[in-house]
Amino acid sequence: MSTPLVLTYVGFLIMAAVAICGGLIAVSARNLIRAALGLILSFVGVAGLYFVLEAEFIAVVQILVYVGAISILVLFAVMLTRGLMRRDLSAQNSQWIAALVVALVLFSALLLVATGTNWKVAETKIAGDLIPKLGEQLMTTYLLPFEAVSLLLLAALVGAIVIARE
Amino acid sequence: MDILNNLFVSLYVWVADLLHGLLGGLGLAKDAEAALVSAIMVLLVITVILLWMVLMVLILIWLERKNAARLQDRVGPNRVGPWGLLQPVADTIKMFIKEDIVPANADKFVHTLAPMVAMMPAVLAFAVIPWGKGMQPVDINIGVLWIVAVASIGTIGVFIGGYGSNNKYSLLGGMRAVAQMVSYEIPQVLTMVPIVLMVGSMSLVKINEAQSGWFGLQWFIFAVPVGPIAFVVYYLSALAEVGRTPFDLPEGESEIVAGYMTEYSGMKWGLFYLAEYFNFFIVCTIAATLFLGGWNGPILPPYVWFILKVYGLILLGMWIRMTWPRFRVDQLMNLAWKVLVPIALVNIVLAGLGLPIFKTIGF
Repeated sequence: MSTPLVLTYVGFLIMAAVAICGGLIAVSARNLIRAALGLILSFVGVAGLYFVLEAEFIAVVQILVYVGAISILVLFAVMLTRGLMRRDLSAQNSQWIAALVVALVLFSALLLVATGTNWKVAETKIAGDLIPKLGEQLMTTYLLPFEAVSLLLLAALVGAIVIARE
Repeated sequence: MDILNNLFVSLYVWVADLLHGLLGGLGLAKDAEAALVSAIMVLLVITVILLWMVLMVLILIWLERKNAARLQDRVGPNRVGPWGLLQPVADTIKMFIKEDIVPANADKFVHTLAPMVAMMPAVLAFAVIPWGKGMQPVDINIGVLWIVAVASIGTIGVFIGGYGSNNKYSLLGGMRAVAQMVSYEIPQVLTMVPIVLMVGSMSLVKINEAQSGWFGLQWFIFAVPVGPIAFVVYYLSALAEVGRTPFDLPEGESEIVAGYMTEYSGMKWGLFYLAEYFNFFIVCTIAATLFLGGWNGPILPPYVWFILKVYGLILLGMWIRMTWPRFRVDQLMNLAWKVLVPIALVNIVLAGLGLPIFKTIGF
């Protein structure tokens, strides 16, 4: 392997480790805030993976949306729960066997898809600034999915307001 | 003149050449030597920028106190050094030797983690700031988005600081901080959109280059009416985002002791304090880059122009801080959601409609 490729590989390993460690903390921590912090670490790891894959735009958006916004919402929601300072909360409830089965099935399904798919890799790197191209594609070829997502978010927004008013 | 304009760039090249000369004697392979030199240069740049920023903060603290004193008809610090110039240095030493107190029932790990997380966005944002022509540590094509994204991490630091102290005032301060930062982030980001529309790029260097016309005076703030509106909305929401008076509700010493910093002492408190000034400095550099032409200006070297603009904005912020009383919580939220966000949205529409006109006059 050439030097840059080795570096990419090392970067991938580090970031994957960060993401997995974060995930493990999130499911095993006995304190809700620490679990949420683990989740944030996991998001950061995923953003790092995008950086390693040279998808800077998606990486930064991952930080902006997941680390900056969604995790804040999670923390806020946790803040409104009881037993905030307790450090002996159990991570399991009575349905842990069912959860384990579902998680294993989902994981193996994802693994099958990930290893079974023939991922297409572009031969040449796209030259120049990618963001204008991305914007153009969203406004032309992928306009319908783009608008559908907007509609979905709008529906979620209206729903949240309706629930909050009651 | 040319030497002065490129002073720091030439210095960088000179140091890199020097390193090449020194390492040449080791008999390394060509690409290994290049990699080693670039790694050392990266570390050097990081060190220089961090030291420079700490120096800036020391100056800012002195300036803030002197300014406050001037505006309130006092003398201000005048005992340590000439005109009290060494006062921040004395304060720093005091902070280092203070006892670090952690409340007995606090979540100690999170309590320690919070100041570090609060420092993170400031330090990460330095990576993309263009200090002068060719003087940006990294030029990424999503510079603007990078700044916004890393700034959002700071909220987590403040929030877990409020939680980790296990103190009601801390928690209240943390809650206030999150509500405020999340609200004001929106108009702040929306005001960046017109600039990105006009430049057609999110790179801070490209934004600088786009403002180089008219003998270096083609700043986006002169793109009437979009530029001035965007600048005012950005500056107000940036002041709120970094939590300076009149938007200092997260601290609100007359209501909730010191907010999320209540239980912090010694250098942990110092880190929060440092992060606050770092963030203030950064929002001023971003405002200078986006709206005031960044390094562009006639006659003077680029980096001098940049620092002058940044300090102008900082002095403006200090002036506002000293002359306005603190907002109430409901007033704060009204300002963000009912005033700044609608103005910013209308401004984006104006920018979109006026884009052909702006293009013909050179923007």
